Amino acid sequence: MESPRYPDRYDLRKRRSQWVAFALFRVFSLFIAFVLFAILGFIIYKGVGVISWDFLTEPPTDGMTSGGIFPAIVGTLLLMLGSAIVAFPVGIMSGIYMNEYASRGWLVRFIRLMTNNLSGVPSIVFGLFGMALFVKYLGFGDSILAGSLTLGLLSLPLVIRTTEEALKDIPSSYREGSLALGATKLQTIWKVILPMGMPRIITGLILSLGRVSGETAPILFTCAAYFFPQLPSSIFDQCMALPYHLYVISTSGTDIEAQQPIAYGTALVLIAIILVVNLLAGGMRRYFENRLKTK
Amino acid sequence: MKKIEVKEVDFYYGKFHALKHISMEVEQNDVVAFIGPSGCGKSTFLRLFNRMNDLIPGSRLTGQVLIDGRDIYAPGVEIDRLRKEVGMVFQRPNPFPKSIFDNVAYGLRVNGIRDKSFIAHRVEEALKGAALWNEVKDKLKASAFALSGGQQQRLCIARAMAVSPSVLLMDEPASALDPISTAKIEELIRELKKEVTIIIVTHNMQQAARVSDRTAFFYMGEMVECGETKMIFTNPSKEATQNYITGRFG
Repeated sequence: MESPRYPDRYDLRKRRSQWVAFALFRVFSLFIAFVLFAILGFIIYKGVGVISWDFLTEPPTDGMTSGGIFPAIVGTLLLMLGSAIVAFPVGIMSGIYMNEYASRGWLVRFIRLMTNNLSGVPSIVFGLFGMALFVKYLGFGDSILAGSLTLGLLSLPLVIRTTEEALKDIPSSYREGSLALGATKLQTIWKVILPMGMPRIITGLILSLGRVSGETAPILFTCAAYFFPQLPSSIFDQCMALPYHLYVISTSGTDIEAQQPIAYGTALVLIAIILVVNLLAGGMRRYFENRLKTK
Repeated sequence: MKKIEVKEVDFYYGKFHALKHISMEVEQNDVVAFIGPSGCGKSTFLRLFNRMNDLIPGSRLTGQVLIDGRDIYAPGVEIDRLRKEVGMVFQRPNPFPKSIFDNVAYGLRVNGIRDKSFIAHRVEEALKGAALWNEVKDKLKASAFALSGGQQQRLCIARAMAVSPSVLLMDEPASALDPISTAKIEELIRELKKEVTIIIVTHNMQQAARVSDRTAFFYMGEMVECGETKMIFTNPSKEATQNYITGRFG
């Protein structure tokens, strides 16, 4: 007797739903890319007209209705540097501690929980806390120091988490291999684990810098100056910063209409800085990965 | 004096009784093979000799493990010094992401040796000892990752031998390798036993028969029997051993 033919329609149905699902995924992914390009295109279209050498190297003039944004660029770069000095050492060491020294136990679970909660705290609350602690209680006043500390606290959870995740993904066979040769835990971390985690740690650090450069709320009450055309001369000076400057000239000032092109120009410079930072992150990652491969 | 003496060792992972009352002795420069089905405790037992199990939280040991007459679990034993004395080669080759040279030099450097000419000398010796020198002598600065799996494993053996251990633990050192690389490792074991005492865990019974002087069969956390390899494979005294080596289970 002939056996019944194997039905083909199931196969077809499978293929059809596969096709539909992937078409949907593709459309949504393209939509996201489109949104990104729309924002970028809009900012470039509106802002590129005011970009000039003078715009990048001169302070604002005429009640901020003309002139450049040089002090805000410098201020933002200084705050990025300052927050890095605050957050990187502390964050990397905490990440190492959590993953290498105490990956189990209630203390680490508690710290991890707190770190995750910390990253959920709205940035304006960081600003308020920074004002209370650094500006008022410690008496730093509105200053680059207070702003850097506040921004540093803000980026700490991200730095800790990226360090931890980077180290977690390194197979334990490398740790065992090192320990089995008589290396101490510290030697193992320093000579084997950290170099292996470096590409991802660096990437995380640089991305956190990008995030810091765009933050407004934390520096609102701790550092940012409405108008401070000369460059800061010490870490106890206030400074201007791009995101805050953008906010100021879009919402207040002598002539908001006239200030609008400057706002778009400022936004463009800010985005450009973040873009450069992100590209740098990618480049550094590749550099460190190659060094691991060839060295 | 025996090289290694194990006296009435029990070992626990938390509440799990992983090794049950094991005693055995190992002669200097012998090769001892541990065989048994997966989960029988042979790897756990192997890792007692360089205290690798210390890394596992909640593990506990009773009894004594003596190497050269000294209890390695006694208070005050420096674990890093013990691990320099008792080298280990793992199942999967695990060279560091460093150059071939730096991999072999690693153990010397972490143990405080700074003398460059001594390090270079030891690296060459260790690579020759691991039968790898001729293949890598012109590319010592190249990444260890550029080597084949078998070469990487021999590099790991060189790395372990560079710090001059007196015992070498091997945890299924050839199970991730092709037959030709496996044969090279086995040949190497026969060479290395002139210098060190070797304990090797293996799933491959032919391998145990080929390379070892003595064989211990483990089952469910117990050492069923331990004796001359020839005896174990031709005339075991326990039925479980007989069943295992003839392939009736495991």
